[in-house]
Amino acid sequence: MYSKREAVGSVTLAGDPLFGGGVDGAVVLIVLLKTGVAFAALMVSVLFMVWFERKVVSDMQNRIGPNRAGPWGTLQTLADGIKLFFKEDLLPEQADRRIFRLAPYLSIVPAFLAFAVVPLGGVITIAGRETRLQLADPPVGILFLLAMSSVAVYGVMLAGWSSGSKYPLLGSVRASAQMVSYEAALGLSMAAVVLVTGSLLTSDIVSEQSRSIVDWNLFRLGFLPFGIFLVAATAELNRPPFDLVEAEQELVGGFHTEYSSLRFALFFLAEFMSTVTMSAVMVTLFLGGPSGPGPDRGFPGAFLPVFWFLAKLMIFLFIYVWLRATLPRLRYDQLMDLGWKRLIPLSLFWLLVLAAMILDRRYGFAVFGAGILLGLLLLRAVQVGQSATDDAAGAAPAVREAG
Amino acid sequence: MSAFLRGYLSVLVFGFAAVAMVGAMLGAGRLLRPSRPQPQKYIAYESGVDPVGTGWSQSQVRYYIFALLFVMFDVEAVFIFPWAIRLEALGIFGLVEMLIFIVILALGLVYAWRKGVLRWV
Amino acid sequence: MLAATKVDVAVFGASAVIVLAGAIGVVISANPVHAALSLVMTLFGVAVLFVAQEAHFLAAVQVIVYAGAIVVLFLFVIMLLGVDRRENVAREELRGQRPIAFLLGIATIAEFVLLTRGTSWVTGAESVVGPASGPGANVETLARSLFTRYLLAFEITSVLLVIAVVGAVVLARRPPPERPEEPEPLAVPERLHTPQLDDAAPVPATEVPAP
Repeated sequence: MYSKREAVGSVTLAGDPLFGGGVDGAVVLIVLLKTGVAFAALMVSVLFMVWFERKVVSDMQNRIGPNRAGPWGTLQTLADGIKLFFKEDLLPEQADRRIFRLAPYLSIVPAFLAFAVVPLGGVITIAGRETRLQLADPPVGILFLLAMSSVAVYGVMLAGWSSGSKYPLLGSVRASAQMVSYEAALGLSMAAVVLVTGSLLTSDIVSEQSRSIVDWNLFRLGFLPFGIFLVAATAELNRPPFDLVEAEQELVGGFHTEYSSLRFALFFLAEFMSTVTMSAVMVTLFLGGPSGPGPDRGFPGAFLPVFWFLAKLMIFLFIYVWLRATLPRLRYDQLMDLGWKRLIPLSLFWLLVLAAMILDRRYGFAVFGAGILLGLLLLRAVQVGQSATDDAAGAAPAVREAG
Repeated sequence: MSAFLRGYLSVLVFGFAAVAMVGAMLGAGRLLRPSRPQPQKYIAYESGVDPVGTGWSQSQVRYYIFALLFVMFDVEAVFIFPWAIRLEALGIFGLVEMLIFIVILALGLVYAWRKGVLRWV
Repeated sequence: MLAATKVDVAVFGASAVIVLAGAIGVVISANPVHAALSLVMTLFGVAVLFVAQEAHFLAAVQVIVYAGAIVVLFLFVIMLLGVDRRENVAREELRGQRPIAFLLGIATIAEFVLLTRGTSWVTGAESVVGPASGPGANVETLARSLFTRYLLAFEITSVLLVIAVVGAVVLARRPPPERPEEPEPLAVPERLHTPQLDDAAPVPATEVPAP
């Protein structure tokens, strides 16, 4: 479930070996090349994800799904995108014009940037220079991810606000409250990963998990942080079953109701891009990133790690589609309850247990027991307080919360 | 070479690429798309009827509570990260410190819970 | 001692422009949401300055806590108040505020001028203490002093945060259980369904956490 970590933080090299010996023209070229490749990879995976989602959902619903444009409808996304280029762009008269135009940028750029710190593969050699298949490895690695996901709320919030219309405003206020609610749980389960790794660098997090499959944080942290992260990330992405933001029956299109043409396409793109990025982050944090199930045999070339990375990424993309096809949407109160009353207390508790376990197994069990005891006591106290209040008010017995 | 570029050069380039892509798409769209303005097109959507009042209305105070709770837990997470890195060096003393810190903050959550502001009716 | 390179100067210049533009935007924007956005811009500029000083952790915290949480809180407050009109900048809401602000501003500038003249700056070095070694060293140094030397301050922070939450809860609490019939005094835009639905629903005073 856990294992004693080694002191990693102090022994690793600072960042990418590429920057080890000064920066010259070749290095800048390699950086540009890597940027281009990552950019293309992200765009292609977004196009793929849109197609994949439609195809899998249609399979699960006994439909055929897109099958006209290209083989098996693979070019459908592209066709839709091109169509949107030729649609009239409307700007509502009551809109705050500047922010209305700014919002698509604000929602797409964080999704892009978060992808930059994800390690996609091992070390490769271009033109005699070693570099990681990772766009950037800033010293705060994982906090950069957290920062980007906390900034992502602005795109949604301002898009709705600037529309000057009621449905988008409601959608965006709801969406931003939802996003900030799950942000906390997201950060706390990330902290659990940092706890066993002892470093913030995404490259360290991956190399810590690279020895064998039992070292993956998924197993080492005891599944719980992974589960919390998965739920919180889904809510953070506003994906089903947490897509209350665009609950058609209540809010029409949610925050982007007033957006049309290409600006709408950008929000759509940002959403799928975030899905891909978040899946990549989960692979990095919990499934060992580009490392295979066995110990690293020092396989030559860059192919195998990238293959493992993509294979794991596919698992998460499928899970997201599966969730969408299977689960009904949550109610807003259920959503808030899940975030604040389940995930956050649970992740705090598990964080402390993990920390104690790492220090000494006995402390770990002590904290575990004490936490359970305290939780039960608190529950009982709240129940007693509840019935006392009810008696005082002469009201009916307390009604348990739904769901 | 500055430390800034060493860590963030690629991030910066990537960010510029993203902005450039969005800009290029919107620019191309501006050239390609038709523009046939009619006053009715620019009315805010309100299920097909003329909008009532302005689009900017007040939201509820409960959102504020959740945002404040979020600030609390965000700050907590930020304190947890340095502790998580130095966990072994700080040892049991650090664990107890963090235990106290988290319990105090959890009390805030329990208070809000007990007072019913976490309920969304 | 490292000399500042051209790149450093360029980074500093760019972020200084961003910081100042944002700060001016906060002051002169008539629309509070625009002002909040300008504030975000300033905070980002400051984060870049932190990175340039190799205070990476601080930069991340700046973005996560200030840009990601506190300004979002501001925006919620702005939306809570309902922004449907622009602020009239010409009118003085608080009497005597402007002359005082003017004087204080002058005093601050004078103070800065005096400081720059009177102090010998340790220029050129990228940071005062500097990261000892390795990528996480910065955070580790911070953790060491935070959890040993400034322990009390650290624990007090949690109390402070809890007090803020308690204050907000007290101010925003729903009506007490003695008067469950009373309609909620909250504004209606959020609820598009009929109020009868809510009245029919049982309103427990407080709640039982589901087991």
